[in-house]
Amino acid sequence: MSAVAAAKVPSGEVQDSAAEAIHVENLHKKFGQLHVLKGVSLSARDGEVIAIIGGSGSGKSTLLRCINCLENPTSGIIRVNGEEIKLKADSHGHTIPADRRQIERIRSKLGMVFQNFNLWSHMTLIENVIEVPVHVLGVKRDQAIAQAEKLLARVGLAEKRDVYPAYLSGGQQQRAAIARALAINPRVMLFDEPTSALDPELVGEVLKVIGDLAREGRTMVLVTHEMKFAREVATHVVYLYNGLVEEEGPPEQIFGAPKSERLKQFIRNIG
Amino acid sequence: MTPHPPAGLSTHACRRPQVPADRASNPGATLIESFLPASAAGIVELLSPAPVGWGGTLLVGLLHSLEIAVGATIVGLLIGTWGAYGKLYGGPVVRDLFAVYTTVVRAVPELVLILLLYYAGTDLINQVLAAMGYQRVDISGLVAGIAVLGFVQGAYSTEVIRGAILAIPQGQIEAARAFGMSPGLLLRRITLPAMLPFAIPGLANLWLIATKDTALLAVVGFFELTLATRQAAGVTKAYLIFFLAAGVLYLCVTLVSNFLLGRAEKWARRGMPSIKDAR
Repeated sequence: MSAVAAAKVPSGEVQDSAAEAIHVENLHKKFGQLHVLKGVSLSARDGEVIAIIGGSGSGKSTLLRCINCLENPTSGIIRVNGEEIKLKADSHGHTIPADRRQIERIRSKLGMVFQNFNLWSHMTLIENVIEVPVHVLGVKRDQAIAQAEKLLARVGLAEKRDVYPAYLSGGQQQRAAIARALAINPRVMLFDEPTSALDPELVGEVLKVIGDLAREGRTMVLVTHEMKFAREVATHVVYLYNGLVEEEGPPEQIFGAPKSERLKQFIRNIG
Repeated sequence: MTPHPPAGLSTHACRRPQVPADRASNPGATLIESFLPASAAGIVELLSPAPVGWGGTLLVGLLHSLEIAVGATIVGLLIGTWGAYGKLYGGPVVRDLFAVYTTVVRAVPELVLILLLYYAGTDLINQVLAAMGYQRVDISGLVAGIAVLGFVQGAYSTEVIRGAILAIPQGQIEAARAFGMSPGLLLRRITLPAMLPFAIPGLANLWLIATKDTALLAVVGFFELTLATRQAAGVTKAYLIFFLAAGVLYLCVTLVSNFLLGRAEKWARRGMPSIKDAR
């Protein structure tokens, strides 16, 4: 979002709505000797859909997982909703969150969808969807159930509400996982390769749900291998190579007129 | 702390019908008598819960055994949950402490541990109390028994629960963290219910072992089923009858436990497809 576009709109309301939901600056992540992220910056304004693409081992999943501190960054700045995540060094010199409650509060505003769904296997779908609203956010149970039923209907699983995840297909489980993430009414949705574990014929139903969310203006950060899909729904594409942002820009530019040789080759290989 | 025989045991014993003198003079007849009582009516009379028989004494013993077993299992589960968490997620000091605990307790015979903890433990508590200027306390056999067996159960439970937590698909725990669950909520809502299906077979074993380990407390004079049986058999000389009766009572405990634990396991596995589907 350019400064010019923002300046054209005098109304404060629109400017607020385009506030920066996620801001990542000069992020480094080391796993022992392995330097996975080497100074990555990323920004997601409200309503933007950021697609992170890149080859295996480029650090794209690690970048996403650092945003909600599922991985603790080695150094760098992460701001969610304008609030900077406080980090400190532990006794071994690893960086860890300084304030557990702050991390929990920030995480409860980020709806994470995993590659392997990670639904809670001892709960039915409706129980999975109401779990966080009821027990973390303090929503009343009746209210949470009513909302969860709407969300399950929305992802096409209304009649599966009392079924346990193990009895569902991967595509159904992933759609339920999206409903679970939506139930917290997240400021930003984070998708970590949501279709990579699915059989090819099940990818479409999940992408349709994610695409609908993008079209209704939900802020999302999406790590994906689905280039065609990224081109359709993303407002901004980031290409990571070897722990650094190699190239970024609007999808037409990234996929239509890539500048970097590596990106050109990546698109050729994957397309 | 003193071993407590059941109230009124001595008077109870005096009211017991004595073996007739003519039979007592013939050791062979007494032996046969002890194995094969004169009639079914005699057995019923001996086992009757009313004061003429010793059934009531056995049932009181069984009740005490179950109290100890339930208490020790609860203590064991609490220690086991903390121990498993400490071993999996704790710092180096906590991990080492629990490693020493589980190794030592599982290495030493339970009978030795019971004697050690029962006598030395209560003595230690009283010495500490005395040093701090408090009066000696009389620790009841029940409390001491639960503490000692619970301490032993805790070591085994730690390993069962640790294994069960390791068997949870870790993505489920990661998902709970990603949605902002605090460690306590995560334990209560996700980790414990998700590990149950993997822990129940092992914990069921531990429960059955606990019911029988209560018999070891007979050596320190705690009036549980085995000691009650020994008293009943010693007074009436009907050893076979009473030890068989005790065996049947232990068996009944196991059968009821198996039924309830089977139900519990079925409930804990509610989210998992039957393994028959995968066969």
